[in-house]
Amino acid sequence: MTTQTDLDVASHKVVRDERVKERNRLQRLLIRPEMGAAIGAVAIFIFFLVVAPPFRTPEALATVLYASSTIGIMACAVALLMIGGEFDLSSGVAVTTSSLAASMLAYNLHLNLWAGAALALIVALAVGFFNGYLVMKTKIPSFLITLGTLLMLTGINLAATKLISGQVATPSVNDMQGWASAQWLFAHTFTIGGVGVRITVVWWLLFTAVATYVLFKTRVGNWVFAVGGDEESARAVGVPVTAVKIGLFMLVGFAAWFAGMHLLFSFNTVQSGQGVGNEFIYIIAAVIGGCLLTGGYGTAIGAAIGAFIFGMVQQGIVYAGWNPDWFKFFMGVMLLFAVIANNAFRNYAAKR
Amino acid sequence: MTATVDRPVEEAPSGGKVPLVELKSVGKSYGNITALKDISLRVHAGEVTGILGDNGAGKSTLIKIIAGYHAPSDGELLVDGEPARFVSPKDALAKGIATVYQNLAVVPLMPVWRNFFLGQEIRKKSFPFSLDSNAMRATTLSELSKMGIELPDVDVPIGSLSGGQKQCVAIARAVFFGARVLILDEPTAALGVKQSGVVLKYITAAKEAGFGVVFITHNPHHAHMVGDHFVLLNRGQQKLDCTYDDITLEHLTQEMAGGDELEALSHELRGKGA
Repeated sequence: MTTQTDLDVASHKVVRDERVKERNRLQRLLIRPEMGAAIGAVAIFIFFLVVAPPFRTPEALATVLYASSTIGIMACAVALLMIGGEFDLSSGVAVTTSSLAASMLAYNLHLNLWAGAALALIVALAVGFFNGYLVMKTKIPSFLITLGTLLMLTGINLAATKLISGQVATPSVNDMQGWASAQWLFAHTFTIGGVGVRITVVWWLLFTAVATYVLFKTRVGNWVFAVGGDEESARAVGVPVTAVKIGLFMLVGFAAWFAGMHLLFSFNTVQSGQGVGNEFIYIIAAVIGGCLLTGGYGTAIGAAIGAFIFGMVQQGIVYAGWNPDWFKFFMGVMLLFAVIANNAFRNYAAKR
Repeated sequence: MTATVDRPVEEAPSGGKVPLVELKSVGKSYGNITALKDISLRVHAGEVTGILGDNGAGKSTLIKIIAGYHAPSDGELLVDGEPARFVSPKDALAKGIATVYQNLAVVPLMPVWRNFFLGQEIRKKSFPFSLDSNAMRATTLSELSKMGIELPDVDVPIGSLSGGQKQCVAIARAVFFGARVLILDEPTAALGVKQSGVVLKYITAAKEAGFGVVFITHNPHHAHMVGDHFVLLNRGQQKLDCTYDDITLEHLTQEMAGGDELEALSHELRGKGA
């Protein structure tokens, strides 16, 4: 056996590098980005099964899944954006902006709620486009651009709501046209085996499945990894970098709209100050799920698992009868643990 | 020696003696700075044209003209004997002129096969037109093994390959996507001795398969090993234009090192030291 450098041009002979060993199936599984999160999720699930008896009921699982889904729908889009190498700090308040826009436009212009929702979608996509366009045009890090958008949207949410409705919350819209059908689509509860499950759980799983397909089985997915991994190389081989990145920001806008519609049609009135800080929850869910902060690496399934961990801890603390104030502390621990574990997994599996 | 690269070269110009690419007294200036002046060279099918020069000699400008980034300010660029004017690198690519830059344009975290097809992915023929990953994996494996590189697994991130292997993947990609003329920008600059060997052997293989290769380097040893034809640039001007038979490695090295200037410098330094 020779080394790989002895490549033999004359005889078509292909020479293997004896220093490179083939990876086995187990190793391939272990280096999947979401592996650390999956193991963590199982551990946390068992933990709460043991310490919190009410956690063992199917109703509790439905509640956990609901909590996970509201985070997961956003985390999915945020994860794709992170794989594409960018951040969106405005995603948390953009959810509130969408629901405020839908509610107030429909109420004050006497529109069908669906028309309000459609206008809100335009607003949400426009915010995404604005973020993406500025990031690509100015080359300023998206962290700063979207921090600006975060502050602007926070201010607009509060000020515009007060200006238009004279209060800090939107008026009730559940007697308006289109409520029933929109409520069905975005917020209804259906029963499986006597347990009520929120529709958002279905949407969450569907979005995750679609995002996974797009990431790994389409050209656009390939480009998302490329623009996040090495923007210049991607441009050099003809990937439309600007379009891909602006598209990703708009995807986050779409997800924020969807989450905002759920908020509106499940609570009827919307508090204008909410949503601030949620952007970190989405980013953390994506990171726990194995997305690299530097881009070019991660999966949508990982983000879903990250959101599920969030949902479990959030509800598990309640079921265990502990003070919910501990939630943030646990999440901090989880984040540190997940990041260190993901790192260790990657290194371990890569070295083997 | 048989070549390991067997892409057809039927498109090679009729007559066989017309160069694939020819520069006729090409010059380039940026404002009041003259970067290149009066450069003439020919790239024939099945030949390696070594372009040598120190830093700032104008090598990059020359690549950019052939690759279609810049139009020359003076002179003429001929492809297959016909005058050509490139507006963008895409035009050059369409004529079969592909450039492999030093950074190789690969995304380190992505698998080798995804890098190979990045930007030109193969999709399935029927709905939903998803990526045909098996076809791409198989093609990547077979194209690389034609070059004499076997990877146990094309799913490893390309960042985990050695420098020489990465360079060869980048070249193989250019060849697969229809290049006739390969411009290699300092392919051995960042490589060790063995890795450089891999690349140099591959350059020879590409040449014997009928590709026109432009090999840009500042290493006269590497250039002399594979080159058929040498062009030396110095401060934007052509100092030397000769074939393999006309020049020895010593002469090439000396020219490259600065020739008489170096000798004068040597005398000066020695003189002072004594």
